[in-house]
Amino acid sequence: MRHSTRLRIGPIGFRIGCDWRAPIDEIEHLYRDYPQPDDGIPDFNVHLFAARPWRRFARPSVHIGGDFVIPDAAPLPLSMGLLAAEMGMNLQMALGQRRYLLLHASAAERDGKALLMSGISGAGKSTLAALLMARGWRLMGDEFALVDPATGLVHGFPRLVSLKNEALPVVAAALPDARFGAVMEGTPKGTLRHLVPDARAIAAMTEPATPALLIFPRFGFEGAERQMMPSETFVRLTQASTNYTNLAERGFDALTRLVQTVPSHAIDYPDTDTAIAQVERIWSAL
Amino acid sequence: MNGALLTRALRDPASTATLDAAGWTALLAIARAEQLIGTLAHRLDGLPKPAAARRVLEDAMASAEQGRIVALWEAEMARRALAGTGIPIVLLKGTAFAAAGLSPSPGRQIGDLDILVPRDRIDDAEAAILASGWEWVKPDPYDDAYYRQWMHELPPLIHRERDRMIDVHHTILPLTATITPDAAAMLKDSEPLENGLRILNPNDMLCHAAAHLFADGDLAGGLRNLWDIHCLIEEFGMDGLEARARHHGLLAAMRRATRQAHHHYGTEIPASWQGWDSLDPLYARRLLARDGWGRQSRKLTRMAFYIRSHAIRMPPAMLARHLWTKYRKGYRPVG
Repeated sequence: MRHSTRLRIGPIGFRIGCDWRAPIDEIEHLYRDYPQPDDGIPDFNVHLFAARPWRRFARPSVHIGGDFVIPDAAPLPLSMGLLAAEMGMNLQMALGQRRYLLLHASAAERDGKALLMSGISGAGKSTLAALLMARGWRLMGDEFALVDPATGLVHGFPRLVSLKNEALPVVAAALPDARFGAVMEGTPKGTLRHLVPDARAIAAMTEPATPALLIFPRFGFEGAERQMMPSETFVRLTQASTNYTNLAERGFDALTRLVQTVPSHAIDYPDTDTAIAQVERIWSAL
Repeated sequence: MNGALLTRALRDPASTATLDAAGWTALLAIARAEQLIGTLAHRLDGLPKPAAARRVLEDAMASAEQGRIVALWEAEMARRALAGTGIPIVLLKGTAFAAAGLSPSPGRQIGDLDILVPRDRIDDAEAAILASGWEWVKPDPYDDAYYRQWMHELPPLIHRERDRMIDVHHTILPLTATITPDAAAMLKDSEPLENGLRILNPNDMLCHAAAHLFADGDLAGGLRNLWDIHCLIEEFGMDGLEARARHHGLLAAMRRATRQAHHHYGTEIPASWQGWDSLDPLYARRLLARDGWGRQSRKLTRMAFYIRSHAIRMPPAMLARHLWTKYRKGYRPVG
C-alpha cells in the first residue's frame, strides 16, 4: 500500500495501509504517543483503499478492508479517513480476535479494579467512560473490553474515544485540556469527534485489571437502578460479544467466571451527571 | 514480496529464522489470505520465533482446532440427516482429511461441508437434507435452474440454525466441462470410516484436488489446495495414480498439480513427472499472486485465469448466454 503506519492499542498491534497520505497523517498525529506493535509485528492489518485507481483522485472514497472483511461495507468520503481507520481496526477485532473474549463495552480502572459498561449504541458507553477519565479513573477503552480466558483479567483497548452528537459539548466541558480530532459531520452516526485518551491511559494501557463491576446503562429514561441476575448478564454479554461463539468452550468458561464473580447492575439515566453519580455510588458500595 | 514467502516457510520452516519484522508481518498476512495460517502455525510449532508472531500463530492453531470440531459435527449432522435413506455419503476435502486424520489436516481451515452422493439418489438426498433444516441460499430462479441443469452439485444449502453451508456433489466437475471424471467409480472405491461415513481412496482424493485446482475455477486459494496435494503424496505416494488419473480424464491436471507441488513445496515425484511445460510458469505466477499485505496482485494474470475458468467450464455460446443473463441482472465479478 502507498502509505502506512503501525501502532499498538492495549495488547493489540495494527498495521494500517492507505492509498492516501492524509488519513495516515491524521492517525499519526492523534496516536503520536502510542507505542509500536510488539516485535514490530502487528496482529492485524487494515486496508484503506480506492475501489478503482482513478477513484484516488475523482470523488475519492475510502473502502475499508483488511485481514478480515465483511461484504458490502459502505465506503466513506476521504474527509472521514480517520473514522474509516477506526472502523477498520474495530472490524479486525470483531471478526478476527481469538485470544481474548471480546465484549462490546467501555472500561475504566481504579485501584487495579475494572468497571465495564456495556449496552447498545447510544447507551452512553463512550461518554460515561470519557467522563470517568475526567474524574481520575484510568480509561481502558470505549468500545471493547478484552477478557483473558486464562486469567479472567480484563485488558484495555484504549483507542481514540469516539464521541457523538450531544456528548461532544458535555465532554469538551469536562476535559478542557484534552486533545481532540477534527469534527466530522454527516457520518453514519451523525456528528462525530475523536478524543485522545490521557497520558495515564496510554502509559498504563497494557496493565490488565481485575473485573469488579458490570454496568448496563440506558440513556434517556428517568433515573433507576436494579441489580441483575448472573443469568441475565450472561445472556446479554453473549449478545455483546462478537467472538463468544468462536471461542467455544474457552468463551463459555470465561464468561461464566465473569458473571459469577462480578456484580452487575442496570441503570437508567436522564443525564450524564445522574449516571456518573449512580456509577460512583454503586462502585463505592462494593 | 509475494506468495513465495509462504511456500518457502511451509516447505522449509527453519528458513523463517532469518525473517525480520517486515518479513514476519508479510508472511502472516499472506498466510491468512491464503487460509493457510493454521497450517503454517503447525509447521512452525516449536521453532524459535518472535513472541508477537508466536501469539498470532497460537491463535490461528486454536481457531483451526475449533473449526475442525465444528466441521466434524456438521458431518455428523449430515450423516444423521441421510441415515434413513441408505445413501452412501463420501466426505470431501477438508472435512474428509479431518475425519480420517490425514496429513493435510493439522491447522487446516475447513469451509463448507462438501459431500459426494450417487447421482441417481440426488433427489432423495435433497429431500432428506431439506427435511433436516437446510434451506436454499440462492433465491434467484435462474441460478437455481442453472445449478440443476449444469452443475456438479445441488444449489448450495445453508442450515437455518447452525448457519453452516453444505455442498452436495453428485459429480466432480460441472456437466458442461469437457472432462468428465468417473464419479461412480470414486464412490464404488471409496473407503468407510468407523462411523459409516466414507472418504475417497487416496488416489481419488488426489484426482479430486487436481480437478478442482486445474480443471475448474480461477486458482484463487490455490496454494492451500496444492498443499493438500503435497501432503497426500508425501503420505500415500503415487502408486497407481497415473492410471487412475487417466481413467478420470485428469492426467494432464494431475501432472500439472504434481509439477507445481514439486516446484512450490518440494514434493517428491518421479523424474518422469517433473518436466516443466511452457504454461507452468504462468500457473506458478498465478498461484503466488499476493502482495505483502495479503492482497491479490498481478491483475492481468488473474484476469486471464478468471476468463479461462469460464472458458473451460462451458462452450462459448453457452458462456455468452450465461454472462448476458448475469449482466442484465446487474451481476459484477468480485475484485
